Amino acid sequence: MSTREKKVAVFRKEHFNAAHRIFNPAWDDKKNAEVFGKCSNPHYHGHNYELIVKVTGVPDPQTGYVMDMKQLSRITAEEVLEKFDHRNLNLDTVYFKDLNPTAEHIAMVIYDLLRARIDPKLELQVRLYETERNFVEYPAE
Amino acid sequence: MVYLTRLEHFNAAHKLYNPGWSKEKNEAVFGKCANENWHGHNYELYVTIKGDPDPDTGFLFDVKKLSDIIKDQVIEKLDHRNLNIEVDFLEGKMCSTENLAIGIWQQLVPHLPAEIQLHCIKLYETPRIYVEYFGN
Repeated sequence: MSTREKKVAVFRKEHFNAAHRIFNPAWDDKKNAEVFGKCSNPHYHGHNYELIVKVTGVPDPQTGYVMDMKQLSRITAEEVLEKFDHRNLNLDTVYFKDLNPTAEHIAMVIYDLLRARIDPKLELQVRLYETERNFVEYPAE
Repeated sequence: MVYLTRLEHFNAAHKLYNPGWSKEKNEAVFGKCANENWHGHNYELYVTIKGDPDPDTGFLFDVKKLSDIIKDQVIEKLDHRNLNIEVDFLEGKMCSTENLAIGIWQQLVPHLPAEIQLHCIKLYETPRIYVEYFGN
């Protein structure tokens, strides 16, 4: 079987637990409550986030790997889990000081963190589950 | 005897932090779960009741009524809340999954009809960590 130049996607699944609050600082509490409902509770709430990192590329002819999964696991742990796991996304991370920590924005932040550490010739996409039934993907195809 | 289970879920913030201990001791015992700024979970709650089906309806208990009781007595109080500071029935208790399951049991029992026995509260904190409480 010829495998030359055929792309394969590999996936790494991780999870982290975090507290957050959906809050637009440009609005008063009343408007935040109207728009975001209970998600804007000033005392925070939280989720078990599930993260799926997708890396696409041509398998290396020497190793047969698109990317060493151990390396992908380590990068994800360093860039995402160590920064987000058991944290308050609004208070304990630098990324959401001026950015509302919606699932959309969290996925975009995670993408940027990982993109900087992964070979530019490989494509990257992240899927983030906030609950089993609410999830986002970035970048969108 | 038949067992009937209703599954509900809620999302909440909490921390494992004993106010009688120093910050250092809390961190030594609870690790990152003691983060003062909270963390959070998607909790999955399985409420199981037991009894004999009613001969007229075939039901152990109207599951819609069971769902309403769980929503009114438990989910309303826990969903999108901070378990340490916003939940009356957890006041003064450590917010472990164990204590939460016991608290949920105590919330539900007074609202179930006498002929229905609560059998088990099964509470998932994460997909891989759960507790069960059988009322004793």
